[in-house]
Amino acid sequence: MSDDFDGVDRTLRVRPYALTGGRTRSANDLPIETIVKATLRGLSMASQLTLERKRILTMCTVPLSIAEVSAYMHIPLGVARVLVGDMSAEDLLETNQTPVARFGDRPDIKLLERVLDGLQAL
Amino acid sequence: MAFRRSEAPAATDTTNGVPIPVKIVIAGGFAVGKTTFVGSISEITPLTTEAAMTQVAAGIDDTGEATTKTSTTVAMDFGRISLGDDLILYLFGTPGQDRFRFMWDDLVRGAIGAVVLVDTSRLEDCFSAVDYFESNGVPFVVAVNAFHGRLHHSLDAVRSALSIPEDVPVIRTDARDRAATKLALLELVQHALLRASS
Repeated sequence: MSDDFDGVDRTLRVRPYALTGGRTRSANDLPIETIVKATLRGLSMASQLTLERKRILTMCTVPLSIAEVSAYMHIPLGVARVLVGDMSAEDLLETNQTPVARFGDRPDIKLLERVLDGLQAL
Repeated sequence: MAFRRSEAPAATDTTNGVPIPVKIVIAGGFAVGKTTFVGSISEITPLTTEAAMTQVAAGIDDTGEATTKTSTTVAMDFGRISLGDDLILYLFGTPGQDRFRFMWDDLVRGAIGAVVLVDTSRLEDCFSAVDYFESNGVPFVVAVNAFHGRLHHSLDAVRSALSIPEDVPVIRTDARDRAATKLALLELVQHALLRASS
């Protein structure tokens, strides 16, 4: 019995990196907090996809981060990154990343102000 | 606050109906209360993801041979907080020990900053985290977790023991208490804003 909410055993039955053909990098290297969502194209193609890809698509009808995909699928972060990176390159998923300031790699001031307001309103 | 509000138009609108992610790293030594901290304010029960160490880490890990292949994995707990419809804040709890540094570059890229959780009875556990954030220019605050409402040392003593610069906030928190963790996060975001504005 697994601890999943739907009672279905979701434990992988293959070595994780077998899912990526042994690759640890995708052409599209995304940060772990990248939020992904299924595209219409992805949903329309779902029936033709491999089991893992289909599960990711189904899961991402609501927006989820790559970290959440990794946790819910019980696959290592690196594997989730490659799978999601490939799927977004194929237009099956759309993604959004943190916009960062022009210089450096921190969020810009406008975004920090929104986070501050959002936290204060909690 | 000392910073002025920017008047530029929002450059952060969602382009495709997918929310914007932002992240904060919660760092600190083993069993200092990182997952408790995340869980006290997260809208989901903290989830766990596993990052596998790759050969990129060779020479960084102190297990010996520079070319040794290791199969170390490190578990990372995280939570999420929706801030409105189009903005999601992720909190990643990460181990503070030196041997897990290999994943920090990746983790802090694009982050707002870090909250370093400190247990005053084991101050040394947070040394490497403080060193890392300081030398990499990552905004951080030091949050002293008051177990059972008690601090073993004053905040000033903690600041001086850790050689924390004057402009870095050292605050008291309670990882179990949502109001206290919220205040710690607010402190960090305000600190990051001040730094971004200066």
